[in-house]
Amino acid sequence: MSLYQLQKFLYELNRDSGVQRRYQADLEELLEEYDLSDEEAGALRDGDVGLLYVLGVNGQILMHYAAFLGIEWFDYLQMMRTGIEKHGAVRDGIYAMTGGGESFTAEETNR
Amino acid sequence: MSLVYAGVCSHAPGITGRANLVENTALRDEFYEHLEAMRTDIADAGAEALVVIAAEHFANFFMNNMPAYCIGMSDKYYGPIEDPQWLGIEKRDIPGNADLSRRLTIEVMNTIDVAYAEEWKFDHGIMVPLNFLTPNYDMPIVPVNINCQGPPLTPLPRAWKFGEALRRACDSVDEKIALVATGGISHWPATPDSGKINEPWDRDFLDRLMRHDKAALLDYDDVQTYADAGQGGFEIRTFIAAAAAAGVPGTLQFYTAELPIFAVGCTVAKFDL
Repeated sequence: MSLYQLQKFLYELNRDSGVQRRYQADLEELLEEYDLSDEEAGALRDGDVGLLYVLGVNGQILMHYAAFLGIEWFDYLQMMRTGIEKHGAVRDGIYAMTGGGESFTAEETNR
Repeated sequence: MSLVYAGVCSHAPGITGRANLVENTALRDEFYEHLEAMRTDIADAGAEALVVIAAEHFANFFMNNMPAYCIGMSDKYYGPIEDPQWLGIEKRDIPGNADLSRRLTIEVMNTIDVAYAEEWKFDHGIMVPLNFLTPNYDMPIVPVNINCQGPPLTPLPRAWKFGEALRRACDSVDEKIALVATGGISHWPATPDSGKINEPWDRDFLDRLMRHDKAALLDYDDVQTYADAGQGGFEIRTFIAAAAAAGVPGTLQFYTAELPIFAVGCTVAKFDL
């Protein structure tokens, strides 16, 4: 149930400019409206994309959140890999990493 | 016969958002040229409205109330929800046609319990194709969604029936309708595996799609699709619905797995109406 609440927070943040303004103005007040674990709330406070990925947030929701935070594409990919190194495999959802964290694009490898 | 065009194309956000990162710019531009050819085909067919069957990504629908199928029913839409700099597409209003949507929806409802939505925010699943197909945003859009993100997902035979219902709906109105399904085939988007593509799986699926082989298209199961084609493979539902709507074989105009920076096998195809 908690992952549902975590994803709902991000879903509403991603699509609603009013929620985005509240996020900027008072994140703590916004967080109180969702039934989140301490780990989940902490990941949102820190903008910890790697931990959110491991917690099982749907990749589409996570990708849009990373864009909202202004995270560049290759940095976003690396943050997920770092999250796995730090916290272990993805715990839930359908967006688990299938390989060993290698890059699948020459553009990332060559940068 | 009011369906005057039917096709499929990719919608991955990198197609616009990461255009400047591409090393193989010649292949990128060839892909763009085929999307431009799709635009001119739609215009040459005399289309007066464009139905876009998309697999939306939590721009409107969440697991609190997730429709298997939904049709937009508004005179005006808005998008993209994503950061415009990230997607490479500015936020804007997009024209719709609520009256046309209502007539289409009523006909679809004869066989499919479709949801409708009088407001709809587009994400990359619709905005990326529109960036190429209606760059002046001068054609009314009828957005259609098939849930491909939040399991349980609609079974493939139902997606086929939904496509058939859309065809009956398009043929029941006076307007000339173009229909484009957008999605990916095998891909692992928004994960560290982004750029991974199962090209043989893609080509086999596209072969089934272009042959209009209904039995072969409906022969996938989600467990195997997830293993072979990733969670992105669930989006074959939109292409299958388009094939059912078209009712005829098609022509693969472009496919490449050599632009992995776009995180999908880039595809442009049309059905031979």
